[in-house]
Amino acid sequence: MAELTAVVGIGQTKYEAKRLDKSMPGLLREAAEKALADADCTWADIDAVIVGKAPDLFEGVMMPELFLNDALGGAYKPMLRVHTAGSVGGSTGVVAASMVQSGVHDRVLCVAYEKQSESNAIWALSISVPFSLATVAGAGGYFAPLVRGYIRRSGAPDDTGIRVAVKDRQNALLNPLAHLRLEDISFDLVANSPMLWDPIRYLETCPSSDGACALVMEKESLASQRSNEVAWIHATEMKSEPTMFSGRDQVMPQATLDNAKNLYKKAGITNPRKEIDCAEIYVPFSWFEPMWMEGMLITEPNEGWKMTYEGATALDGDFPVNMSGGVLSSNPIGASGLIRFAEAARQVRGLAEAHQVDGAKKALGHAYGGGSQYFSTWIVSSEKP
Amino acid sequence: MSDSESDDAGKTSEPVTLLRAPVSLDYEYSAGQSASRFLRAIEQGKLLGQRCPVDGRVYFPSRGSCPQHAVTFGDEVVELSDKGTLVTFSIVRIPSENIPLELPYITANVLLDGSDTILMHVLDASLDDVHMGMRVQAVWKPKEEWTTSTANIMYFRPIDEPDADYESYKEHI
Amino acid sequence: MRDVAVVGFAQSESVRREPDRNEVEILIPVIQALREQTGLSGPDCDFICSGSSDYLAGQSFAFISGLDAVGAWPPVAESHVEMDGAWALYEAWVKIQMGYADTALVYGFGKPSMGDLPLTMALQLDPYTMMPLWPDAISIAALQARHCLDADILTPERMAAVAVRDRRHAKDNPTAQVKGDWTIEEILAEDFIANPLRKSDCAPISDGASAVLLAAGDRASEICDRPAWIRGIEHICEPMDLGVRDLGRSRSTQIAAEKAGVGSGKIDIAELSAPFTHQTILVEEALGLDAETIVNPSGGALAGNPLMAVGLSRIGEAASRISDGQADRAVAHATSGPCLQQNLVCVLEGN
Repeated sequence: MAELTAVVGIGQTKYEAKRLDKSMPGLLREAAEKALADADCTWADIDAVIVGKAPDLFEGVMMPELFLNDALGGAYKPMLRVHTAGSVGGSTGVVAASMVQSGVHDRVLCVAYEKQSESNAIWALSISVPFSLATVAGAGGYFAPLVRGYIRRSGAPDDTGIRVAVKDRQNALLNPLAHLRLEDISFDLVANSPMLWDPIRYLETCPSSDGACALVMEKESLASQRSNEVAWIHATEMKSEPTMFSGRDQVMPQATLDNAKNLYKKAGITNPRKEIDCAEIYVPFSWFEPMWMEGMLITEPNEGWKMTYEGATALDGDFPVNMSGGVLSSNPIGASGLIRFAEAARQVRGLAEAHQVDGAKKALGHAYGGGSQYFSTWIVSSEKP
Repeated sequence: MSDSESDDAGKTSEPVTLLRAPVSLDYEYSAGQSASRFLRAIEQGKLLGQRCPVDGRVYFPSRGSCPQHAVTFGDEVVELSDKGTLVTFSIVRIPSENIPLELPYITANVLLDGSDTILMHVLDASLDDVHMGMRVQAVWKPKEEWTTSTANIMYFRPIDEPDADYESYKEHI
Repeated sequence: MRDVAVVGFAQSESVRREPDRNEVEILIPVIQALREQTGLSGPDCDFICSGSSDYLAGQSFAFISGLDAVGAWPPVAESHVEMDGAWALYEAWVKIQMGYADTALVYGFGKPSMGDLPLTMALQLDPYTMMPLWPDAISIAALQARHCLDADILTPERMAAVAVRDRRHAKDNPTAQVKGDWTIEEILAEDFIANPLRKSDCAPISDGASAVLLAAGDRASEICDRPAWIRGIEHICEPMDLGVRDLGRSRSTQIAAEKAGVGSGKIDIAELSAPFTHQTILVEEALGLDAETIVNPSGGALAGNPLMAVGLSRIGEAASRISDGQADRAVAHATSGPCLQQNLVCVLEGN
């Protein structure tokens, strides 16, 4: 019943701590214009615009798709704004795809962004609700105890996280758009960086970035006529669970396991480790790489850290992860999920330049958010399903 | 953010590239009916949990409903001790307001005895000693400073009891 | 296209201020009422989608707690828009169209009483050129009303007549907030709060929540004796800047109405979300309604305006009047942004 849909255009801005050179509309148009050019389309060729971003308090604008309407070519067209916490970039991709997969639109533009330098993201994330004691300083403070839980459960060596950070930061050196590019990256540099929330160190943590990512998606009959490579969307999935309830497994939430199972079933994948060539996974703190390798059923429970240790997730490994440098290198919060989806699509289109995985045909894009409770994923491929 | 540069009156030398627009909004929060009961109890130094009518698990703190079953808690309350187990923790080395301890401090995921959910708080303990499974107890502010807030407990401290067995708390991580 | 219908609707009472209940406590009975109507709870549905606004709640990620009212266990396929629940319904409708889901639970909620609503809405405006002036939402709407009066599109009497009609209708709606018998003269004697808008020209500030159940094909007929079939659902957004669009008509509503097929049959009832009397008239005209259509039988937004749920409730109110046989064909409308910037039109039929 679903109409086969492809990603035919991808655009990303240069990610930086503060994009003071552009206003919000300017930043989004930078990504959108690149995506339109990549798709050989103009603004007029777009039927609908789907915008995604994280809390409005990050920029101080309520429902910003409204004021961005004309800047995004949305005048007198349908516009939608998705917000699913940190996974929002991924959800935006899923929702945008559904607009074409349902046959409602032929071609859509989806844009996810954050220009968090315009407000104060730390403040916005930690507005203390009355009647309670604020104990958690930032997202890292929330996740660090869970990382400790994973280490205990899996027996992972203490330096697993460092190895992930080194790998992602080395990959970032191959991605000119990445925010953090540390020429002198090394194991020692990460290991000696200040411990922020034990066991998470400074260089094992994502930056705060401004940036935008845009995709053009269209239906099969249009995409098939193109001579250049497109990324066919084989499957998408979204799963959520409550933030907290008694006995909730926050280290390996049921929602990620269910998401993975359903996604692979729809995509006809029975052996994800072998059948998927590479993955862009939402890793804002280094330890989430091994955790999500398990959460996405790439490897057995408690074995995720081995993939890192073996070098399996390196660019030249058998299951490269975060070839772009990942969230650890660039994190405009609202866009980060869509960037994962976009980089997966770039890989199967053969357009990832210096961080291309040779011969990548099928890739996984993944985003998560909230208290590890929202999961949005997709499988894209250079071949039709 | 800075203001635009101006030389003569009305004449600008540089284009405006930044604009400072402070936003100030006041909000009035309601804790909600059930949470209010829990807060009034803590004002009296009592820790009251609530039982989910579906599976009988005790929730502390209570937000008035069971998030797993989407049912409001009834009137049944369970009084909890202020002793518990440190299920997991982190050592925080970046500063934050409202925390009464100097850096570095320990954030504590505490499972109070009798509760089936975690209370997130802070722990006053040696960095070398802190470990999962430690037995801890609340240290309260002086009674005259108590209000309707979990901040009435200043922090938790280790107590001299044998560690809790990992199996007994591992589902709460 | 698949046949999708509204098969259930529940809403809380619209009140000026919910002092004791948080958003979850308001939502839980609404979701439970919907479950009683339809037999389906959140996890029974193939997809869940909600609408809410962080700035109304004064917190980031305010919608996350809304999920606690649904009981998302086992894990559910769920999404959220930072928009009125009517757009969440649209997203769910699309999900059903693509074959991902056969049933969907949609809800919207808000407690605008927590903050200063007219001032908070200034944050929707262009952050570089308009917002720093802090124009409140009523004054912005008043600019449009002034234009309409000066251009002879409306008269103050016509505006007052809308309030009289809607509040009279609201007497039959137990969840409505502002209801009763007013006369045009009484309203015209009121002081202006932002000339030319009087208090009665404006929707109240309301806390509330509502929920709708969607189902496809045979599933719909299993759940509901007379489903309200969605025959068309379209939404269009105009540029925000008040100087680049025609404030004397709702062009986006007109485009959406044409695409949704409003004009292809008689409309028995129309439920509109416009929060000002002059805007209600502009929407009626954009929809091309004739004198036979009963507008806002529930009282509409002017009788109760729980932001983020109000548009969804209009769809629910129209659908329930089809399901209970009062109407055969209806149109429901939702709006967002200053001066009717963005509009959604939904056509529902009983047959």
